[in-house]
Amino acid sequence: MKAFADLFAALDETTRTTDKVAATARYFAAAPPADAVWAVYFLIGRKPRQAVPSKRLRLWARELAAVPEWLFDESYHHVGDVAETIALLLPPPSASSDRPLADWVENHLLPLRGLDEERQKADVLAAWAALDAGQRFVWNKLITGEFRVGVSQLLVVRALAQVSGLPADTVSHRLMGAWEPTPHFYAALVAPDAGDADVSRPYPFFLAHPLEGEPHALGPVHEWQAEWKWDGIRAQVVRRRGRSFVWSRGEELVTDRYPELASLADALPEGTVLDGEILPWRDGQVLPFGDLQKRIGRKTLSKKLLEEVPTVLMAYDLIEEAGADLREQPLAERRSRLEALAERAVHPALVLSPRLALDSWDALAEERRASRAKGVEGMMLKRRTAPYRVGRLRGDWWKWKVEPFAVDAVLIYAQPGHGKRSGLYTDYTFGVWEGDTLVPFAKAYSGLTDAEIRRVDAFVRANTLEKFGPVRTVKPELVFELGFEGIQASSRHKSGVAVRFPRMLRWRTDKKPEDADTLDRVKALLDVSVAGGGG
Amino acid sequence: MPPAEELVTLTDDGLYCPAGGFHIDPWNPVARAVVTHAHADHARWGCGTYLAADPGEHLLRTRLGETADIRTIPHGRPVDHNGVRVSFHPAGHVLGSAQVRLERWGEVWVVTGDYKLDPDPTCLPFEYVRCHTFITESTFGLPIYRWDRPDELFADVNGWWRANKDGGKCSNLYAYALGKAQRVMAGVDATIGPILTHGAVEKVTRAYRESGVTLPPTTPVGEVAVSRGKAKPWPGSLVIAPPSAAGSVWARKFEPASEAVASGWMRVRGARRRKAVDRGFALSDHADWPGLLTAVRESGATRVLATHGFAPVLARHLRERGLDAGVIATRYGDEEEWADPPAAEGIP
Repeated sequence: MKAFADLFAALDETTRTTDKVAATARYFAAAPPADAVWAVYFLIGRKPRQAVPSKRLRLWARELAAVPEWLFDESYHHVGDVAETIALLLPPPSASSDRPLADWVENHLLPLRGLDEERQKADVLAAWAALDAGQRFVWNKLITGEFRVGVSQLLVVRALAQVSGLPADTVSHRLMGAWEPTPHFYAALVAPDAGDADVSRPYPFFLAHPLEGEPHALGPVHEWQAEWKWDGIRAQVVRRRGRSFVWSRGEELVTDRYPELASLADALPEGTVLDGEILPWRDGQVLPFGDLQKRIGRKTLSKKLLEEVPTVLMAYDLIEEAGADLREQPLAERRSRLEALAERAVHPALVLSPRLALDSWDALAEERRASRAKGVEGMMLKRRTAPYRVGRLRGDWWKWKVEPFAVDAVLIYAQPGHGKRSGLYTDYTFGVWEGDTLVPFAKAYSGLTDAEIRRVDAFVRANTLEKFGPVRTVKPELVFELGFEGIQASSRHKSGVAVRFPRMLRWRTDKKPEDADTLDRVKALLDVSVAGGGG
Repeated sequence: MPPAEELVTLTDDGLYCPAGGFHIDPWNPVARAVVTHAHADHARWGCGTYLAADPGEHLLRTRLGETADIRTIPHGRPVDHNGVRVSFHPAGHVLGSAQVRLERWGEVWVVTGDYKLDPDPTCLPFEYVRCHTFITESTFGLPIYRWDRPDELFADVNGWWRANKDGGKCSNLYAYALGKAQRVMAGVDATIGPILTHGAVEKVTRAYRESGVTLPPTTPVGEVAVSRGKAKPWPGSLVIAPPSAAGSVWARKFEPASEAVASGWMRVRGARRRKAVDRGFALSDHADWPGLLTAVRESGATRVLATHGFAPVLARHLRERGLDAGVIATRYGDEEEWADPPAAEGIP
């Protein structure tokens, strides 16, 4: 596992993508396939379930390091990561081992879950005694099920492409879908021609870039196709060899969770792959995203829930037809085939994403103003001649979102961040006025520059009124403009509203806390938004 | 006869010895200042007179100016101030750094200033001084802070420098200009390549040499010949610059370069990633957690007052071990040793 821990350190240490790719490629070139396949598995973000509750790990680590609970907690609040805190606190290892990654994972990590507490403890302590600091950190991350590396899947794909000499798209496609981390899979992954006929496999998604500025710069309007930008779950529906699969963009197989879409797939012709958005939908209208959330992550679906929140596939694209990959065809061609398919395969869960009239950019901009009322986030602009590409690339697909909702709110609680922001107060709760009290209404973590974060951090330290564990109540003084994408009534929140994707748009140093918005003004936004109307 | 008042108290100007009538490392100008070392947060401008340990004299002059009234005495030799015996004892932090020992009527206090127990060829090693009350820094007062052995750390730095050299890159190492930079020079393998310095680092380095510290040859970056049309002279060099130079236009000219920071904070991954440099070396001139506990134990003190850093944590830990321990809220070097004001970097 030493080589893998070294790779992790190397990826952590450099900020340059080319260096990261090179380090990853070097690892794959040297690693035995049994190790390499686990490395791929972990690096692209797949992870085994948590093997040991972190509470137990903390306890054992405290015993071993002879550190009382409060001192462990002080350390943890400073470090911002349990696995790292433990790795830093443990006494140095008695002997350094270098057993292969696959051995650690298959013979030590995976069996841990099934053991009773006593044997878990014995095994974890034995592992700690045998691993050096770098390996311990990786090991702790793996057993807490929190292993994350700062690399994108694309980076891993590039490294594998370098090592195998394959085109990156081929590697990317082979990594999609369900696979087991076996040496056999790795061999097939880097093999020159593996006959890529996995029946379930979806295609890598083509993702849009945000459009900054006005669309006029994109050239003549007739070269483009415009659609609404729906707010659901991006998905592919696959029908091959008499079997149906629904994949979400997180590359999760979600067929069982959306029986409506499984039924749609069953009705599709052999060899079809549709790209689209899973939406909660009733009577020809989209329901609030919050309704869809009720279905996300739910393993068993009650009949009541299925009736309350039915879903459809808002179809965007046809990327496989009659078993043929259409991705190299221009969008105009794919779209006309999609429309023809929608006419043949009529199904209640198949909705064709409407093409918007394109007379001029100005007319389109005018129509975009109706986005909120329609319950969409804005528009999508797609070049009619463009192929279906891989990943988030500039040039052919643009998302042209409406301005977010904005509210001025006051910073009232702060707590330290994690990862890169550990030890800094970066996670904030904001309040708006109800009478003369500030009601907590949203949490936000992003949107400030590093310099601003340092200033807010210093403010928090100097203006703490009370501490509850890691949370500090601060003097209500700083005002921020918060942006969010949607707002919905909620009985679970003190303020009575829940907002979607809140973040800080600006630090309003020009405003005093009394200038911040009221809860009434926030609630008034519910009326502007279809998503807030409550299904 | 019990003393009428504490030997050291906290005033708005800093630590004060009422019986002796002098301040220790005051943060405002005062009449009489006893200073532990030349870092800007401990040796402030504008005091009437300064008393310090001999080895730091040259550094203090460099920092406080030729006209400052600075008196120095050898380590271990006491002087009397209104019945308070004052003496300096090596603190191992940077050149000339000292603990201040105060004695009156048989009662002994020690104010450590900043210190470390690890070996450092650029200054005298920390001396254990027995006392009743021990005022200790606590910059790295959390048990996660444990330093690797300096020789292992420097092997890492050398490995990084060599790999950069082999890759045709320059190595930019950001280190505090006073102390850390010179410790780095003395610790690296100077046969790997030339060592170049930022102006702020070079000034202090000169003062170190003039104080008799042996350091490998260094060349100020500004004196390296750069000729148009010829290959850049930087690849293979180690450039030592203050942290404030990271990301500056000045630093960009060394491209292609690998950048690293030498600081105890680099022990934690989040801090390393926040700096967005290629490497972080956890090289500190402060005591780590075991070092703080060792210093407290060896002082034999029954009462400990923790200052700057994780003072409440260290004090609570010591209380749980049966000591009378508390916190003195001084204003020295904030939680981030390298967030010191730029003035600390630019020696006048």
